[in-house]
Amino acid sequence: MKMLEVKNLCISFGGLHAVDRFDLSIDKGQLYGLIGPNGAGKTTVFNLLTGVYKPDEGIVKLEGKDITGLKTTEINKAGVARTFQNIRLFKEMTVLDNVKAALHRSYRYQTLTGILRLPAYYKQEKAMDEKALELLEVFDLAGESEVLAGNMPYGKQRKLEIVRALATNPKLLLLDEPAAGMNPQETGELMETIRFVRDNFEVTILLIEHDMKLVSGICEELTVLNFGEELTHGKTTEVLNNPEVIKAYLGE
Amino acid sequence: MGFLSYLINGISLGSVYAIIALGYTMVYGIAKMLNFAHGDVIMIGAYVVLTAITGGINPLVAVLISMVVCTVLGMTIEKVAYKPLRNAASPLAVLITAIGISYLLQNIALIVFGAAPKSFPDFIKVPALKLAGGELVISGVAMVTIGACVVIVVALTFFVNRTKQGRAMKAVSEDKGAAQLMGINVNATISLTFAIGSALAAIAGVLLCAAYPSVTPYTGAMPGIKAFTAAVFGGIGSIPGAMIGGILLGVIEIFGKAYISSQVADAIVFSVLIIVLLVKPTGLFGKNIQEKV
Repeated sequence: MKMLEVKNLCISFGGLHAVDRFDLSIDKGQLYGLIGPNGAGKTTVFNLLTGVYKPDEGIVKLEGKDITGLKTTEINKAGVARTFQNIRLFKEMTVLDNVKAALHRSYRYQTLTGILRLPAYYKQEKAMDEKALELLEVFDLAGESEVLAGNMPYGKQRKLEIVRALATNPKLLLLDEPAAGMNPQETGELMETIRFVRDNFEVTILLIEHDMKLVSGICEELTVLNFGEELTHGKTTEVLNNPEVIKAYLGE
Repeated sequence: MGFLSYLINGISLGSVYAIIALGYTMVYGIAKMLNFAHGDVIMIGAYVVLTAITGGINPLVAVLISMVVCTVLGMTIEKVAYKPLRNAASPLAVLITAIGISYLLQNIALIVFGAAPKSFPDFIKVPALKLAGGELVISGVAMVTIGACVVIVVALTFFVNRTKQGRAMKAVSEDKGAAQLMGINVNATISLTFAIGSALAAIAGVLLCAAYPSVTPYTGAMPGIKAFTAAVFGGIGSIPGAMIGGILLGVIEIFGKAYISSQVADAIVFSVLIIVLLVKPTGLFGKNIQEKV
């Protein structure tokens, strides 16, 4: 069964067809890239997949289950998590609390239990602490768990966003320009991290990226978007050598 | 001894403002709206306690009933009146609605309880504390009020910083969209904020009417405005700010009444707000908000 299957996805804003008849099919465990020139509608696709926008038409299926038009919280619960093009961490919360906020759905206790500090409160909070620290440990961020997220260096903020997304226990992870603003060395480390996440967390990854080194380095397949429509899709090397794609990026 | 007893009275009145201000500040911090009906929830809470005690119910139980009624009322107002406007084009829409709800509550109280002031039973049976050979008297109500304020502020600070619901509130406060995408139910979180704010309003109503023992449909209006002032004074969105702002405001009001003139005490209170905002526009504990460009 496909991890993600998108058929005929359409949305327009006013008269503009931001995404038009968009199809996508991703296998379980794949590392898939969505590329295209600026304004092609890539982030809009992410917003459609995560329920931020409701599509005018089309179907989104996650492991065969129709998730079209669900609320963002429900889509997250179904197993889709994401990061953002412009980092959107909870900057005034600590690194640990950022991850724990994303564990919100997975650990339960009543509000009154928290106010009265009943035993269940301590038990659940301790379990959340352990889980969050375990995740941070894996990404070498445990040492900074009490630092405010907004005070972390840029590269680590990007990493923390990935950790936070993983904390919601996703099947499908959407990364929106993870290498934006990174220097070549940081990008290199990021590629390692993305591969590591795919291999160790049993997630399928769909990423948007402009950095062709990253795209050609780690993506197995690509879909190219141009003016809201699919230009082509297929194996990474074939797509990147396609004259149509080169034309879309560089012009005539 | 006059100075000390005025100071204690001021702290006591300020504690009531602080408890009300917490409701304003939490709702503002998390839902980013000014709930101008908050003061009138206090009035409803006071009437509920009054009715329950008159009906022969144990005062403590009456306070609990009032908290439940106000919690339900606050959550209902949020769901019916504010939530549909949360994504309205102008933030003024929800502000005007809040003012409308405020009048609605006042007029419902007018119809149900009438315009005549009702005397509030003296049910806080804590003996007054006599110090300095009987020269300085601290009333039982003042002690209960100040104690309640401290307990509430400590509990709330703990709740917001150390529980998952509190973390969800902070996350929603910073970035609703991102919080939602991380699996946090924004509607439930905002609803909980209103519930807590309204339960505190019920407590404030009881304490206010215990100190000034009469209730009218307009009982909540002025303390509501003053507590809002206190919240802005302390830096809206900040819990310690609401507490410090409330207490300072109460002290300034009582000192104004005692040493200057009881007629202009309110004018003094609001002048202080204007001066603070001129010097420090974000309030005492306010954060600098960066405008997104």
